[in-house]
Amino acid sequence: MSTIASLTASPPIADRRAEPSTAVAVRAVSKAYPGVEALREVSLDCPAGRLTTLLGPSGCGKTTLLKIIAGLIKADAGTVEVLGRTVCGPGPERAFVFQDFALLPWANVVRNVAFGLELRDVPKSEREAVAAHYIAEVGLKGFETKYPHELSGGMRQRVGLARALAVKADVLLMDEPFSAVDEQTRRKFQEDLLRLVAQERKTFLFVTHSIEEAVYLSDRIVLLSRRPGRIWKVIEPDLPRTLSPDQIRREPVYLDTVEAIWQNLRQYVE
Amino acid sequence: MDILGYRLPASASLLLWAALWELVGRLGLTILVPPLSGVVVRLAEIVPTETFQDALLITARTFAIGVAIAIAVGVPAGIAMGRSAIVDRLLLPWVSLFVSAPLSALVPVTMVLFGFGETTVVVTVVLFAIWIIILDARAGTRNISPSLVEMAASYGAGRWQAFAKIYLWAALPEILAGIRLGLVRAVKGVIIGQLLVSVIGFGYLFEIYSSNFLMEHMWALLLVLFAAAFTLDATLGRLEKRFDYYSAVRG
Repeated sequence: MSTIASLTASPPIADRRAEPSTAVAVRAVSKAYPGVEALREVSLDCPAGRLTTLLGPSGCGKTTLLKIIAGLIKADAGTVEVLGRTVCGPGPERAFVFQDFALLPWANVVRNVAFGLELRDVPKSEREAVAAHYIAEVGLKGFETKYPHELSGGMRQRVGLARALAVKADVLLMDEPFSAVDEQTRRKFQEDLLRLVAQERKTFLFVTHSIEEAVYLSDRIVLLSRRPGRIWKVIEPDLPRTLSPDQIRREPVYLDTVEAIWQNLRQYVE
Repeated sequence: MDILGYRLPASASLLLWAALWELVGRLGLTILVPPLSGVVVRLAEIVPTETFQDALLITARTFAIGVAIAIAVGVPAGIAMGRSAIVDRLLLPWVSLFVSAPLSALVPVTMVLFGFGETTVVVTVVLFAIWIIILDARAGTRNISPSLVEMAASYGAGRWQAFAKIYLWAALPEILAGIRLGLVRAVKGVIIGQLLVSVIGFGYLFEIYSSNFLMEHMWALLLVLFAAAFTLDATLGRLEKRFDYYSAVRG
């Protein structure tokens, strides 16, 4: 577990266009906090190599579900399987991207990105080489020696993303990663994320409350109902990915999907 | 402060008080307050003596050992309390009790336990310094953002790694504030310990000076101690400021 070689020796993941296998399987997961039922018998599948979004009104338990999959929270009932293994805590095949970035304020970009590898006792030169690669990958080349407080919110989240990529996990769990980022940065970030999904062939599980973001990014959208959170609908928008971002956002299938989800969710607003 | 367009440094008021002291001393109102100039002359006289050097050495040594123990035990204890509800419940009542207790009253007890020597003084220093260090380390640890704790867990940090690589650093501003307060209390501890044991270090000198009514000597010694405590505090305050840059942004 301590070398990069063993981390990369994960089962090969099928091509994005081929029929994918299931990377994350959630089976009848329930969770209650004192006085609040957060999740009730939630079951869902996340296809390998694809981006699945958990979408729902605030307080629907989507972050709780993501953290249960991450092994950070114990479910009261039900099981989670990641790549065929039952989850009973955090594991090296999963990496988490935090809503508030969760960077080490006293460490520069390189150390933050390499931190997951540092915890696995990967030698310094080796982990910094890996970090340098992913820093370039998320577009932060030239900022290696900066500290988090010297970066904008969007750049900090890129550091968080690079840290998650650097541990070479097969499944990336992202908890509203762009919610603390301004709109221009958010769009640029979404493009980069789509490129990474295509290129890294990892499974992404993405929590958001933005319908547009979910439709634009996702291969599969899982709509959760309000508390107690239950799976309400699974939508697979089939966007023509060959088009440019602006064209995609004008496509009828994009607009119709956004509208359909909005019609479903608006009852919670009214 | 500006007077007649001149900018006065903050230390200017010290000069005023020094002048007042000199005046009261020269008026000869009481034998207890000799003029400041006399005290300063005496200061220059006694500092180079071997008795003073020995006392300084013993004081510095017991102070350093006591502070080192207080930090080495207090910081991990505080972090453990901040991270674990069980440890917290077990220790917090004692820590809260001791942090405000009149600890001087305990020194005679430690004297019975550890004898009339340096050990008692070291124990006194630890007793004075450790509680505030524990409390501040605990407060700092409880302030660590929950997502940093989750980050440590999700990237597979073990207990020791989480402590050494995250908790210690995340709580550093509070830990340093605690150590600074602890050091000021440790100065009290080392002097009170020595005074009560009164056969070693400055305690011994105080004993000699006061029983012989050597007021100039007494004041000279006090000036040294006050200056030492103040310098220590100011140095640590500056050190703390260097860590402000991230304590402000750690959210």
